[in-house]
Amino acid sequence: MNQKRKIRVLVAKPGLDGHERGAHVVAYGLRDAGFEVIYTGLRQTTEQIVNAAIQEDVDVIGLSILSGAHVSLTRKVLDELKNQKAEDIMVIVGGIVPSEDIRDLKEMGVREVFTAGTPISAISDFIESAIPAD
Amino acid sequence: MKNSWDKLIQGIREKDIRAMARLITRVENREDGWKTAMTEIYPLTGKARVFGITGSPGAGKSTLTCEIARELADRGHTVGIIAVDPSSPFSGGALLGDRLRMQQIFTIKEIYIRSMATRGMLGGLCQAARDVIRIMDAFGKDVILIETVGVGQDEIEIVKTADRVMVVCIPGMGDGIQAIKAGVMEIADLYVINKADKPGADEVEADIQAMLSLSSDLECVAPPVLQTSALKKQGILELVSALLENPADTKKQKVKEEIRIKEEILSLMEREVFRQVRSVWENEGSLLDSVSQVMQKTSDPYTIVKQMLLNHKHR
Ligand SMILES: Nc1nc2c(ncn2[C@@H]2O[C@H](COP(=O)(O)OP(=O)(O)OP(=O)(O)O)[C@@H](O)[C@H]2O)c(=O)[nH]1
Ligand SMILES: [Mg+2]
Repeated sequence: MNQKRKIRVLVAKPGLDGHERGAHVVAYGLRDAGFEVIYTGLRQTTEQIVNAAIQEDVDVIGLSILSGAHVSLTRKVLDELKNQKAEDIMVIVGGIVPSEDIRDLKEMGVREVFTAGTPISAISDFIESAIPAD
Repeated sequence: MKNSWDKLIQGIREKDIRAMARLITRVENREDGWKTAMTEIYPLTGKARVFGITGSPGAGKSTLTCEIARELADRGHTVGIIAVDPSSPFSGGALLGDRLRMQQIFTIKEIYIRSMATRGMLGGLCQAARDVIRIMDAFGKDVILIETVGVGQDEIEIVKTADRVMVVCIPGMGDGIQAIKAGVMEIADLYVINKADKPGADEVEADIQAMLSLSSDLECVAPPVLQTSALKKQGILELVSALLENPADTKKQKVKEEIRIKEEILSLMEREVFRQVRSVWENEGSLLDSVSQVMQKTSDPYTIVKQMLLNHKHR
């Protein structure tokens, strides 16, 4: 009965921008790639995101940010994860991110950044290779 | 192993949310040792009251669950929520979207929400749901709400694991209660007409009352029918009070509990027997042999099963 372990992903949109399309596309795409995706909707506070991630025991948090405030929003999420001793949960970021910010985000601890237009398969392949199969 | 079972069980005794979340994952994944873990958890359970919430897609179950949980927390209860959504039969993935309607309670510390996919576990889902309920119970949640969409047999089976089931209907579907699949109405201990801010709620209520007067035998108390608007937060206080009210018919409750325990034992047994038989067949390679016999038309599936069972008995 060695059922393959399901990878769980939280797709969250922090910040105030109201563009949900990208997050939707990613959520559905990851479902179709076989992940269990928990979608929590727009305008999430840092605390809401981190609490949801912990309660759902996700392997990955995917932040979809189109507001331009990706660095500060992401930093807040990473800080709150540390605060709640959950920094082992992998964080990835998707959105419109200039390359110099990508470097900053990775230095902060973001595992990967996917700029707008990245095919979903690139995201799902990355998650699968980054999460130990147990 | 990083998070041994013992450590996780100790964690839930200490009210560590991450330990509970991890424990649920591992039990849900049926990792080796899950049954022993559940055996240890079992004595810690039995205090929680479990309410099932079901009804047609989009009836407002999640919005209502959110409001009920908030009211319960206000009254000093600690609440666990299990929100079940279907897995895709094609990819095995799932989009679990019930949380979308529960955002405002993510940060209430008395409330723990867990989304759960059906994972195509024919029948196994019920057991997994029972296990998750027990883990929350052991953690100390005193009310557990389980939301499932009332479409398939599996979903109906899950809410049956609850002490009380509330069926959510909505106005404006033309044929009111017809919209809900047969088999769902029968399990209701309580009817809720949500979206009562829209026209037609009274008609639905009349339909339900009419149905109840036709079907209920005079001996049992008819289930209450309530109107709510989860969106406008109306009727929630009354609903929560009705849920918490002690069931009028304790004898009926006892019968229900007996049935539940029996079903659980049988379903655990069924899976265990199947698993054991199958692993023997697979290890000995006789399953593959049998398949080729059927393909070569030297035997048929009925005979094969009969022979295999006989062999198993004589081992
Ligand atoms: N007018 C009105 N709309 C409501 C009410 N409750 C929920 N809704 C809306 O109905 C829609 C569906 O609500 P959900 O809570 O997601 O319904 P659900 O039954 O959980 O849906 P599924 O889980 O997808 O089956 C949302 O747009 C809600 O805002 C209500 O009392 N009145
Ligand atoms: Mg729902």
